[in-house]
Amino acid sequence: MHADTFPRLRRQAHAAYVIAKKDAIIYYLKPPVISFGIVFPLFFYLAFAAGRTVPTGVMVPGIVAMALFFTASAIGPLVTPWERQARTFERLVTSPASLEAILCGDVIAGMAFGALLSLVPLVLGLCLGAQIGNPGCLLLGIALGALAFSSMGVLMAAPPTNAPSQIMMLSSLVRLPLIFISGVFVPHADMPAWGQWLSPLSPLSYSADLIRVGFGGAAYFPVSLDLAALMGFAALFLGTARYVHRLTRDWAH
Amino acid sequence: MSAEPIIEAEGLTRHYGDRVAVDHVNFSIARGEIFGFLGPNGAGKSTTVRMLTGYIQPTSGTARVAGYDIVAAPVSARQHIGVVPEEASAYADLTVWQNVMLMAELHSVPRRRRIERGAELIELFGLADRREQKGRDLSKGLRQRLMLCMALVSDPEILFLDEPTSGLDVASSHIIRDIVIRMNRERGMTVFVTTHNIEEAGDLCHRVGIIDQGRLVAIDTPQALRGSINARRSVEVRFADHVVAISDLIDTNAEIVPLADGFRIYTPEPGRLAQELATRASGRAIRIASLNTLAPSLEEVFLHITARAEATEPERARADAR
Repeated sequence: MHADTFPRLRRQAHAAYVIAKKDAIIYYLKPPVISFGIVFPLFFYLAFAAGRTVPTGVMVPGIVAMALFFTASAIGPLVTPWERQARTFERLVTSPASLEAILCGDVIAGMAFGALLSLVPLVLGLCLGAQIGNPGCLLLGIALGALAFSSMGVLMAAPPTNAPSQIMMLSSLVRLPLIFISGVFVPHADMPAWGQWLSPLSPLSYSADLIRVGFGGAAYFPVSLDLAALMGFAALFLGTARYVHRLTRDWAH
Repeated sequence: MSAEPIIEAEGLTRHYGDRVAVDHVNFSIARGEIFGFLGPNGAGKSTTVRMLTGYIQPTSGTARVAGYDIVAAPVSARQHIGVVPEEASAYADLTVWQNVMLMAELHSVPRRRRIERGAELIELFGLADRREQKGRDLSKGLRQRLMLCMALVSDPEILFLDEPTSGLDVASSHIIRDIVIRMNRERGMTVFVTTHNIEEAGDLCHRVGIIDQGRLVAIDTPQALRGSINARRSVEVRFADHVVAISDLIDTNAEIVPLADGFRIYTPEPGRLAQELATRASGRAIRIASLNTLAPSLEEVFLHITARAEATEPERARADAR
């Protein structure tokens, strides 16, 4: 290993932290973004649950998983297109932060935002009587779920466009269908056969599964598969985002 | 200025599909030099800067910046440079101070140093009283000054400026030019500047490269470039009392440009012509207010060189076809 490797890695880790901090200030810590992150998943779920008898033990893990999914992947797809539109992206890319550090910074910001906002329904659920059965699974479900969803957002930001509206459309097209095949609304066992086939393709399935186990529910997939799948999705999304960025960096010019 | 090269480009080429934006460009820039890169719109100036700063990769050829290969080690190279990209902007939602600190942190400037240097720079660029103002609230000129602060806060060895004064008010352009010269003189900073403002390049730069249609067509000091075109040397004569018809003084087929109180006459031998004009004016009791021999302006050199490059393009195309 080269003698300069560790100082270089430390510098890039610091650059990722600086970029995450910048993203938090500019994109995440805005009242409309925070309200959207809290209110939208809650109402989305309540719209589904209204008029139906859904036990708290089923409802709370679903809302927590939904909130995590929506918040962790909400802003990431828009960061790079916004930066391209505002003409700040070239400045960032010509700084000593590597592309990997920039992408990791974006992922960390989305991850932290998602994990923190998912605490709102979690605490609310606990107040309503939900109980934590397996804190480790709950913590891993939230942390790894946030990582995978945030990475998915960063991948969606990779196409070379400076029109955030295009990415917004893509983001909705990808994220909304995933909710319906991930066992958040309908338990996996009650899904039609095609749903059960498609469910493993969604990272939300594994995160929701772990969160459900965390609240003392039954696992649909083996826990080890949930963990491996979430890490695998995160690696796949980030690796693909890096590849797309490298391939298309100058297409937007 | 040291003879040690700090930027070297060898056969630097960039294609966009079938279009060649930069075509086998070679140059070497010494440490401490201010190098101006001139060219018409679309000539390949910004593409060259983007390759040198590691934003895009060359299709072929190599370049070394601060001793690092820009393809193999772009991040290490970027540790030593400050960049003001063309049309780039500061973050609209961050304050002046936050923008400067962001760039310092990305360059891993230690906390104490970045606070000192940041304060120094915003003072120098006249932004101290706007420290808490957001980027969105700054005028174009002030934003460009902020961009310079962001590029300089890490004390880079090399500063890349892509059209830094384009569209700016006179005061902002002046401040930017003065500070660039000061950084170069006091800190030995190497500056690579692309500009449309040819006279600015002449005043600012130690050497100038002219790029046209992706090819580097000339590279030299502004003085040497001016001296390279004999046909554009001239004599300017201004009369004290009234304008005299030039035919009253000399017979010439040279190009003559009338001025309000005299003429400019283009000639490859301005010294001889000036002498002749003085002798004849004196013989006819015509009072001369001023008589100057002039080298061509850099703008004339630029137009001459780019026009020549354009004229030879069909010949090149024919040669390529063969």
